Formats: sequence, structure tokens, C-alpha cells
Amino acid sequence: MDYFLQQLINGVTLGSIYGLIAIGYTMVYGIIGMINFAHGDIFMVGSFISLILIVALGITAATPVLLLILALALVLVVAMALTAVWGWTVERVAYRPLRGSFRLAPLITAIGASIALQNFVQVSQGAKNKPLQPLISGDFQLTDGGADGSGFIVNLSYMQILIVVTTVVLMAGFTYIINKTSLGRSQRACEQDRKMAALLGVNVDRTISLTFVMGASLAAVAGLMFLLYYGVVDFYIGFLAGVKAFTAAVLGGIGSLPGAMLGGLLIGLIETFWSGYFSVEYKDVAAFSILAIVLIFMPEGLLGQPEVEKV
Amino acid sequence: MMQARQRDSLFVASVKDSLGGALVAFALACVMVGLKVDVASGRGAELFLEHRWLAVAIAVALVFVVRLGMNMFFWKREDAPSLGLSGFLPKGGLGDGSTNLLKYGMLVLAVALPFALMYYLGSRGSRQYIDLAILVLTYVMLGWGLNIVVGLAGLLDLGYVAFYAVGAYSYALLAHYFGFSFWICLPLAGILAAFWGIILGFPVLRLRGDYLAIVTLAFGEIIRVVLLNWYEFTGGPDGLSGIPRPSFFGLEFTRGEGGFADFFGLKYNSIHRIIFLYYLIFIMAMFTNFVTMRLRRMPIGRAWEALREDEIACRALGINTTNTKLTAFALGAMFGGFAGSFFATRQGFISPESFTFLESAIILAIVVLGGLGSQVGVVIASIVMIGGFEMFREFEEYRMLVFGIIMVVIMVWKPRGLVSSRTPSVALSKNAKGISADLVQEGHG
Repeated sequence: MDYFLQQLINGVTLGSIYGLIAIGYTMVYGIIGMINFAHGDIFMVGSFISLILIVALGITAATPVLLLILALALVLVVAMALTAVWGWTVERVAYRPLRGSFRLAPLITAIGASIALQNFVQVSQGAKNKPLQPLISGDFQLTDGGADGSGFIVNLSYMQILIVVTTVVLMAGFTYIINKTSLGRSQRACEQDRKMAALLGVNVDRTISLTFVMGASLAAVAGLMFLLYYGVVDFYIGFLAGVKAFTAAVLGGIGSLPGAMLGGLLIGLIETFWSGYFSVEYKDVAAFSILAIVLIFMPEGLLGQPEVEKV
Repeated sequence: MMQARQRDSLFVASVKDSLGGALVAFALACVMVGLKVDVASGRGAELFLEHRWLAVAIAVALVFVVRLGMNMFFWKREDAPSLGLSGFLPKGGLGDGSTNLLKYGMLVLAVALPFALMYYLGSRGSRQYIDLAILVLTYVMLGWGLNIVVGLAGLLDLGYVAFYAVGAYSYALLAHYFGFSFWICLPLAGILAAFWGIILGFPVLRLRGDYLAIVTLAFGEIIRVVLLNWYEFTGGPDGLSGIPRPSFFGLEFTRGEGGFADFFGLKYNSIHRIIFLYYLIFIMAMFTNFVTMRLRRMPIGRAWEALREDEIACRALGINTTNTKLTAFALGAMFGGFAGSFFATRQGFISPESFTFLESAIILAIVVLGGLGSQVGVVIASIVMIGGFEMFREFEEYRMLVFGIIMVVIMVWKPRGLVSSRTPSVALSKNAKGISADLVQEGHG
């Protein structure tokens, strides 16, 4: 039971990170109907930007708590802004010229952009793993391991709390933006019918760009969280994280924000429980199989709307 | 006077736009290029930063200058001359006659290549070029195989490398456990790959477009992860080595009695095997091409293309979409399997590392960049992508970066691929002209 609880905590943490990335996929797919294959690599770039900023600001575990929080907040904001520029540029260079082209075209440029981004980071930052000493340590012990100390000690670290809280806050913020602001309204309009939205005065190109900006900045948050949680990044983390986040988006129902979050949580939980109870080697197989099974039996996902095919 | 003002405003507008571009370039480069985080050796795993502000300045200046030039002379001018690059290709892609000429020219060149190389460079000098030609032909074959699935049937398959892997491992494992020879395994590998294609295809072919793409990607990864972790059976990350080489009608390419050279009274030379492999893959690729071209004229091929254009209309006309898709998937997989077992016999060693997603992406890129559904396009794209890629072997680090950028650039420049004119598979008149790919909806028929 204690072991289960620990896995649950770990799974929710991992799921939050996947969920944040998944939102980028789901928003872009919802609005222009393409898989932004480079999104996983945008997440990786965000992670690297965060790492460089942390090292540049000289943040270590020895930094006083208040200063540490301020500095990390600064890192978060700057990383979000810079990663957003990366997301915007990819859209501008690789996707916008192909809008209205046949549907495979942007997918190919997306794969090209993904390869280019990965190798750009490899060239500019080196291929080595970059380990970061843990900045936020300490935890709550939820169980004491029994009187004789033989039981399993369940830890809930500050880091995990931070990740989950940040995710919840950001999710609330973005749900507000989508549902209440005029930007969100134009996004939803473009999602329903791009041509009609344009006729009614919505600047479609701008809305799509902003969607990429929002997705990329959320990916940057996920990148920072990933970095702080695992303490190591390399140029290749984007691919796997990207595929799993996409799985999460599909599982939750692509195009739906709460769906992406729910899907992220489920994928995180499945992966942790699979590694905890079965085998670590095959955890990716578990995640991919879930993707295939969901798509085959429930293509609209958990919270998505079934697509009506029109002639 | 009037003109001067216009010129002026053009200049001002160009500068403004270029400044914007430079600003974006700065935002992109300031952290990712300007600072390099590295691991200090010897001081624990401490991280330190390396400053490279000069590189940032160069990148920003480059973006500014290029954008300014483009704005001044091309983008913002109404009388802009069209960009030089498109002048190299005839309007609307290659016409019918030139495509035919190109086809036969390439065919003759491909047949004569090893001997021409041997004649000019000698057996030692030509070896690396023939090796490269074998690699290019392998990708041509894979491209043609995938072309059936993506180009003709319009099913986006991002996990094609899985069938390549199935073919390679089928041969390697059959040879390893049962001692089967290459010629028995070649058809078996194709059949097994086709079988896998059906197994994977059956549940997923109900999915549309991008969903299908992502599920095939997932299957590709699953097969790779299984190959990687099933240590007892597949050798895991160590792979399988000592895969037997193919023989020429029972003649081994060995030195001494009973070998290929001995039988034909030639002096033994290791290049014989390379040339044999070259013609082997050449024949296999041409076989793929032949089957595809024939199938295109048969009802099943027409059904593939109809399916690509409009699935609902197909169903309305009574085409069994599941079977149509499955045959395309299985046939594509079969050719992938053939190519895979050729790969295994050529390398003599295989490991899961050769079958990553990147490989699928490269094959797909070849098909799409060549122009979906175009057989000649696949050849051109393979030569450009693989040949170009191998040329820059010394720039190991940069070539993948350039590869990715080229994928984006070619696609933005010519979204319909390099060969964007298609001969209709079915036409009423005997002398039907090729039509521009822009006239068809999804692929190009």
C-alpha cells in the first residue's frame, strides 16, 4: 500500500510534466489540424535555456530560500519568453508558408524542424549529458516505515509539490485565457472554422502564431520542471517526451485542454506503475501500446468530441 | 521624384523588417548560442559557462543582411525577378519527354556505374563510391516500397523502418538459428514483413491521416524497444553479427578453390562481392519499381489512388477500403522486408540502432521530397539526400542539422516535391499529358 502511494505520487508528478507538453500538441492540433512534431524539441530547448539561465545566475542549493524562489521565478519567466520565440519562429519558418498546402507537407517540415532543432542543440551545446545538482531538496515523510523501520517510507518531496502546484496554477490560467479572453475566443473560432473566422475579422495568422507561442511557453515550464526534477538534460530528451505527450493529448481527446491534462496524468501514472510493478525496460512499450489501443477503440479520446466526417 | 520616394519607402520598410528579423535572431541566439553550458571535468560534475558573443553577433548580422537583401530585391518589390533556383527546373516540374529521357539516362548510368568507376578509378579507388551507390539504391528501394503506402494509397506511415527491421532480423535470426542461406531467407523475410504489415495494419487502418501516422510511429518504436530488450533472442543492444554473405548461384566470394573468382578464371578481388551486391540491390529495386508500375495499372492500384483522393467516394462506389489499404500496407512492408534482409547481408552485422525513427523519417522525406507517387522523384531525392549526406561525412556534427534544414527548405520551396508532374494512371486518350500536381488533391495521380 505504501509502495502504491509512492508510485501514485511519482506518477502524478510525471503526469503533470507530460500534461504541460501535451497542451501544446492539443492546442496546435485543434487549431490547424497538424501534429507539431517539433514540439517535443521545443520542450528540450526550453529545458536547455532554463539550465543555462540557472548556471548563469549562479543558483545553487546554497542560495537562501527567498532568493532561490525569486531567481527561479525569473528563470521561469525568461525561459518562457525565449522558448516562445523559438516556437514562434518554427511556426513562421516551417508551417506558415505551407498553410493551405496538402496535409503531408507541414508534417514533413515538422519532422525536418525537429531534426534541425535536435542537432542544433547538439552542435551548440555539445552532446554530453548536463547534470544539475539538485536545487530544491527536502521532503515530507508521509509514513514512518513502521515501528521497527522495516516498512516502506513514502516521500513527498518539495519539488513534487512545486511541480504539481505550478501545473495546476498554469492550467487554471490557460483555461481562463481560452474561455474568457478575446484571444481565447478567436482561438476557438479558428478551431471551428478558419475561413469563417477570417471572414468575421479574426486575424487567423496572428491567432495561430499566438497558439504556438502559448504552447511553447508551457513547454518551457515543463522543460524547467523536468530539469529540476530529474537533474539531467541532453539534446535527445525531446523525442520521447514529445511522443508520450502526444499520446497523452490523444488519450485525453485531441483538441481538449482538460483532456490533455487528464491524458498526461494517466500516461504518467501508467508509466510509473508499469515500471514499479512490471519492468522498467518495457515502460515505453506500455505507453505506446496504450496509444495504439486508445486510437483503435476510442479515436476521439476520453474527453474529445467525435469527429463528424463531411462530404 | 515619385520613384525616389517609393524607393525610399521600400528601403525604410526593408530596414524595419530586417531589424525585426535581427531582433528575433538575437532572442533565439542569445542564450542557445551565446552561452554554452559544459561539464567541468575533474571538479565533480560542476557546470560552467562558455561565452560566445561573437557567434551571436555574426548570426544576428547575417540574418539582418540576408533579410535586407531579400527585402530590397525580392520580397517587397512588385517587379521582383523570380528566384534563380526555380529557373533550373521547367515550369510545372519535369515534362513528360524529359522525365522519360531522365529515366532511361539514369537506368543506363546505373547499369554501367560499377564498370565505369572501375575503369577510371581502379578497384581500390572505386570501392567507396560503389558502396555509396549501394546505399543510395537501398534507399531508392525503401523509397519505392514506401511510395506504395504513402504515395499511392495515401496512408501516412511513420514506422516504415519497423518492416525494414523485421526483414533484417528475420534473415539474421533464421541464418543464426537454422543456418538458412540468403536466397531462402530473402523471400521469407519479405513474407514475414508483409505478415507483420497485415498484423499491424489490420487494427489501425480504420484511422485517418495523422492518427494513423502516430500509431505507425508507435509500432515502429515498440518493435525497436523489443529488439533492444529481448536479449536472449535478438542479442539486445549488441545486435547480431556474423550474418552470412550471399552467394552467386552457390559460388561464395572467397579466395581459392571453388570461389567466384576461381570459377570464372578471374584473379581474386574483394571488389567482386561489392559489385555483386550492387547489382543485387539494383535488381531488387528495379523489381520493386516494376511491380509498383504494373500494380498501378491494375484495379487494385487504381483503387489505391482513388482511396487517396477520396475515401468516402470509394466506399460509395463499393471498393472494399479495408482490403485495399491492407494490400498497400502489406506490399509496402514486403519490399521493406526485402530491403532489410539485403541490409543485413551487406552489413554482416545488425543492431537496433540501425532502425531508429530517424530512419523512417529519412525514407519518408525521400518519398515526399521526390514528389509523392513519383518513381523518378524518389531516385532524385535519394541521390540528393543520401549522396549529399554521405559527401559531408567529415562534418559529422553539422550534417544532420543541415539535413533537417534542407528538409524544411525543399518542402517550403517546392511543396509538391521535386518532380511534381504526374502521368495519369488511367487516361482516355493514348497521348495523355502529365498534369501538374497542383491539380490533384492529396497525392498526385
